[in-house]
Amino acid sequence: MELLLLFISTVLINNFVLSRFLGICPFLGVSKKLEVAFSMGLAATFVMTLSAIATWLIQHYILMPFGMERFLQYVAFILVIASLVQFVEMFLKKNSPALYQSLGIFLPLITTNCAILGLALLSALNGYGLVTSTVFGFGAGVGFTLAISAMAGLREAMEFGDVPVPFKGVPITLITAAIMSMAFLGFSGLIAM
Amino acid sequence: MKSTSYEFFKGLWKENPTFRLLLGMCPTLAVTNAAINGFAMGLATTFVLLGSNIMIAALKKLIPDKVRIPSYIIIIATFVTIADLGLAAYFPDIYKVLGLFIPLIVVNCIILGRAEAFASRNSVGASLLDALGMGAGFTWALTLLGIIREILGMGSVFGIKLFGESFISWIIFILPPGAFLTLGLLLGLFNALSKKKAEAN
Repeated sequence: MELLLLFISTVLINNFVLSRFLGICPFLGVSKKLEVAFSMGLAATFVMTLSAIATWLIQHYILMPFGMERFLQYVAFILVIASLVQFVEMFLKKNSPALYQSLGIFLPLITTNCAILGLALLSALNGYGLVTSTVFGFGAGVGFTLAISAMAGLREAMEFGDVPVPFKGVPITLITAAIMSMAFLGFSGLIAM
Repeated sequence: MKSTSYEFFKGLWKENPTFRLLLGMCPTLAVTNAAINGFAMGLATTFVLLGSNIMIAALKKLIPDKVRIPSYIIIIATFVTIADLGLAAYFPDIYKVLGLFIPLIVVNCIILGRAEAFASRNSVGASLLDALGMGAGFTWALTLLGIIREILGMGSVFGIKLFGESFISWIIFILPPGAFLTLGLLLGLFNALSKKKAEAN
């Protein structure tokens, strides 16, 4: 039950993009087409879930026993995430070329997505267990996919709209995101955490 | 040949990381709910940028081309750890507010972007100026956003009350939607301004 609540709260209430401001770069950059945005969301969800597990293991079996979590955490996490992305890429290329094709260049780009590192640091900060971390990572990914797909859908519709010239592109996207974020604020009464 | 002062001043307006290059959007949106937070975040980022730019420019001949990105990331992560521990020790209040976004400087695209695009092919001196200019550009952008959001959302600037009791603050501006809205409107404004300037020339 608690895991379900955590999942819902990560997807809707504390949405990574719209209320925590993590992963804004792909949110603005890759939200022009719905299909592409959805693939990006899938790739991110995949890597987020895996990296939540991997960084938890690093934190609890390597950093903490040696008392290094205070000053080596950032270096260790970013390296783990970067190599994890590389492994996932190699694995998919060999075993699931179809999925690899559809994710395309988004896989390597995920390394610099701050949502991934933010997720690892947040779950270390909150002292989550392995299962909780995994659910948290998956929920964060689903929330990211939801936000980026919704934005892409809106932007596709907006392409035919009459937007003032200086606001074309990123500015209007940000204003749309503001309205979306307001809508998501409405979810905050959904469950009391 | 571009003059030395150009390396510094380009970051302030012409290649401003926030308004022109649209880099480092996450901290820009997240920590600008008050002017002081934006300013502190700008300074912390400038420190990391300065350290990593100088280090990378100095080591550029030693770093093999194939592993340059991981090497840059390790250098950046090291300076972020220094900034993080330093802030936690000397400015615990600011550290608490900025929280997660201090470690996230590691993945701030401005820093890796400057390392790859500038420090890896320029001298130490030029990289230093570049880092200072970009850092100053980022800092003023964040401070401006913080000032606007703080005035509208709380009726104060840097914690000093501007209006009397009758002022009704727009709470929405210090909440997440306000960040998106303010930055969106500012970007639109700057686009319009630079277009006018280009037409005048």
